[in-house]
Amino acid sequence: MRHFIKSKGDFNVHIMEGFLPWQWCLFWYIVALPVVAYGVIQIKKITDKNPESKPLLAVSGAFIFVLSSLKIPSVTGSCSHPTGTGLGAVLFGPAATSVLATIVLLFQSLLLAHGGITTLGANIFSMGIAGPFAAWGIYKVVKKSGLSTSIGVFFAVFIGDLLTYIVTATQLSLAFPIPTFTESFVKFMVIFAYTQVPLAIIEGLLTVFIFWNIMKLRPDILEDLKVIVPKIKETAKELI
Amino acid sequence: MVDKKSIILLSLVAIIAVIPLVLYSGMGEDEGYFGGADGAAGEAIEETGYKPWFSSIWEPPSGEIESLLFALQAAIGAIVIGYVFGYYHGQAKERKKIENEANKTAKNSK
Repeated sequence: MRHFIKSKGDFNVHIMEGFLPWQWCLFWYIVALPVVAYGVIQIKKITDKNPESKPLLAVSGAFIFVLSSLKIPSVTGSCSHPTGTGLGAVLFGPAATSVLATIVLLFQSLLLAHGGITTLGANIFSMGIAGPFAAWGIYKVVKKSGLSTSIGVFFAVFIGDLLTYIVTATQLSLAFPIPTFTESFVKFMVIFAYTQVPLAIIEGLLTVFIFWNIMKLRPDILEDLKVIVPKIKETAKELI
Repeated sequence: MVDKKSIILLSLVAIIAVIPLVLYSGMGEDEGYFGGADGAAGEAIEETGYKPWFSSIWEPPSGEIESLLFALQAAIGAIVIGYVFGYYHGQAKERKKIENEANKTAKNSK
């Protein structure tokens, strides 16, 4: 019964309310807010240029909603939840995704006591900025290397999810370097990392599933967003 | 919407999620299983002697209300995803129909 009411609070990706010294709360707000502001501008730009991409923006946000609400059991015998931010990162880039993540983090901190208002900046940075930034970068690199888009999406999402947790562990060890930063980091990583690996795989597979469906139904939007390169066949047809 | 590749992919997801339940079958919260990696990190911090300086403005009053809100969160997301893909699916069907008809009339005119 003691677990029914969250006396300890939920941790997962999100740092709990009040669990960072105020200087760090302020610091992460200052780091995160400009990115979110840039993301709002970015979203406006993208949707002005490609109004057709609006439904996919909604899907990206909704995907974060669904995945971050699912607490999935892991091989370590504890539960954690995926982030869901990889899809938005691959489609719209990290800045736009930070805005979507902020909406979800606000919902969870206000209604679920999951995360918090004081730690919102830090949580936006780990889940909304660092993870998506890695996912976006890895997708670009894999795409350039000529591997299939599915593999690109999978690894982008997989590593983006893991990095979110690595950043959370870093944030905590920076704030609590007791006895040292390294020891503290190892301690937090042990808590998060093992649990998260299978969940990162799950998130990667689910994102690939969604991606396949977009590819099948509306590849034109992905081309407009420059997520995939138009097929050579079609360009050849246009030339004729 | 669902082809062979997708079925394999989704089965993999299900298997990865079920493995831990099989591994630790019979174990529950009372033995310290599946409670969430959450508390652990909080405890690690509290051990250092740190006292949280701010607590949540509002907390779900019980586990039931909490799962209600989590379910609501998932439902909102699922509805949006289902709506958009349903819409795209209908679009694709309609596009095919128009293409077929165009092909037919083209053939007939020959």
